[in-house]
Amino acid sequence: MNAMTVHAPVLLVALPLLGAFAAPLIGRFGRGARNALVALVILCTAALAGWMAAHVFGLGEPLVYVLGGGAGFAVPLPSGMQVPVRILFEVDAMSAFMTLITALVALAATWYSFSYWRERSGGDLYHSLLLLLTAGIFGMEMTGDMFNFFVFLEVTSIAACGLIGFRVWLRQSQEAGFKVMALYTLSGILVLLAVGLLYGEHGGLNIAYLASRIGGSLVDRIALGLLVTGLAMKAGAVPLHMWAPDAYGEAPAPTSAVLVANSQASLYGLFRIIFTLYGLTVSVGALGWILIAFALLTIVVGVTMALVQRDIKRLIAYSAVSQIGYMLLGVGVGLAVSATKPEFGRVAMEGGIFHMLNDAACIGLLFLTSGAVIRASGTRDLNKMGGLAHRMGWTTGFFLIGALALAGVPPLNGFASKFLIYEASFQLSPVLAVVAILASILLLAVFVKVFQAAFLGPASREVGEASTGMLVPMAVLAVTVVILGLFPGFFIDRIVAPAASALWSGRDLYIRAILGG
Amino acid sequence: MTELLNNAPFFAVAALVAVACFILMTQRNLIKVVMGVVILEAAVNLFLVTLGYRTGGVAPIYTNAPDTLMVLPVPQALTLTSIVIGLATTALLLSFAVFVYRHYGTLDAGKIKELKG
Repeated sequence: MNAMTVHAPVLLVALPLLGAFAAPLIGRFGRGARNALVALVILCTAALAGWMAAHVFGLGEPLVYVLGGGAGFAVPLPSGMQVPVRILFEVDAMSAFMTLITALVALAATWYSFSYWRERSGGDLYHSLLLLLTAGIFGMEMTGDMFNFFVFLEVTSIAACGLIGFRVWLRQSQEAGFKVMALYTLSGILVLLAVGLLYGEHGGLNIAYLASRIGGSLVDRIALGLLVTGLAMKAGAVPLHMWAPDAYGEAPAPTSAVLVANSQASLYGLFRIIFTLYGLTVSVGALGWILIAFALLTIVVGVTMALVQRDIKRLIAYSAVSQIGYMLLGVGVGLAVSATKPEFGRVAMEGGIFHMLNDAACIGLLFLTSGAVIRASGTRDLNKMGGLAHRMGWTTGFFLIGALALAGVPPLNGFASKFLIYEASFQLSPVLAVVAILASILLLAVFVKVFQAAFLGPASREVGEASTGMLVPMAVLAVTVVILGLFPGFFIDRIVAPAASALWSGRDLYIRAILGG
Repeated sequence: MTELLNNAPFFAVAALVAVACFILMTQRNLIKVVMGVVILEAAVNLFLVTLGYRTGGVAPIYTNAPDTLMVLPVPQALTLTSIVIGLATTALLLSFAVFVYRHYGTLDAGKIKELKG
């Protein structure tokens, strides 16, 4: 327990935030200085996230970081009670797990961006927004306060839309930017309204305090409905997914990977609210089935829409949408059977949560390769590409690894988590498992099509391999995909199971860490 | 009657939400869509302020508070933050609308549909 670990939660938000605002200033001294600053910030952030996660997994209880709240920050009430004025970060195993995912994706995407962003201007602001988005995602994952959650949600919304519409010379990106911003704002308003309702009902904003007070009244239920709708919208679950393919498809390639991490942070918020904030005060079985309905729709619509795309980026975007469904399916099944078959519920939860990490790695890898493919072939239309495998051996290999992992082919990581989900959802209803498996097979068909169209065939034009700066981040993600796939048991025991139990049975610990007693 | 008057702000919130939903569902012009979003934001902000209002209360700005009725400070802080965020999102939405108009020459959402399916 040293100073670094103690201050890790606030540094994880403060460092990228500081970097985001310093990047345009340092950028005045040239591209190299700015890249050095951004690289330093993102490396320190990733190292801190890893360090903090190791600490939290060893701690066995949530790590609480308090800003303010000391003797000088207390409001005395006439009754003699002191109300502490403070901002809380509360990091339990689930939060630590999410920060690991975000750190991995942000590191790879930022690294890739150094070579990807070749335009003469705009690089400073682009990296600034990327760091701002990272800071917002970290904030969402660690905050212990509902209103701060809303603020960080809006930080990610604004930074994400800035990035989606960053290339103002592309007309589609402007259309996508407007659409995504309107829907992100709408989801933010729903969350804010729910926060207002909870404050009016219980007079507090702290998640632990609210959790100790919530009793499942009508107002609580309305707030839950608003939160589930708002966060499912921000996570891109069908039928609230209209923004997702546009966002992932039109954003610059490395940004799309971070946008997926952003959607996962919203999913994290959804799970945190359902398990920690509401716990067993609402009928979890019904809530579980609602999540399962969202999940099945998301899986089926995502995969079928991916099947008909001709634009490579949009195709990967739809498969990213479908993967959100698998995470929802795992956790939804866990909720639905939590009362009747808890042992399968835990397995399902572990599958859903493990899939977040796996999806971030392989979808991130696919988006990064798509950037290299689009740059080399000069088009996004699959019908006009071909023969890239002749000159782009590494990119082809990385694409294959990502695509096979995403389609759930053993021994890659997608299989490890999807297998847990199939196994547990089969216990609830075989239909769920059949839909999930069929969708995975269809996804394999989709990627066979992409592979055949983009990489096979005669070399039509002179293309070169992607630059080393782009290949190294892809290699990092590809190695992660393979390692996660070869040793799933190790990772499930060490990081996934603690994260799942933080949600599943960690509610009392979470409340006690703040309120004591 | 006083009951009704006390609840007047909540009726205003409901009316604003209804207007915003009507705009968002029927209007196709991007600027009008932004207006709908802004009105919805205003409704939520009004709701937050009303939550903390106590009839006859004073502003809660004291070091040693006298024993009088005060309005709640927290919802006002929330509303202020939410207004600032709303300003940023509105500015971003409007600038996207400007760029969309430059590229497509129209603000009609029905005619801007390159991203379909």
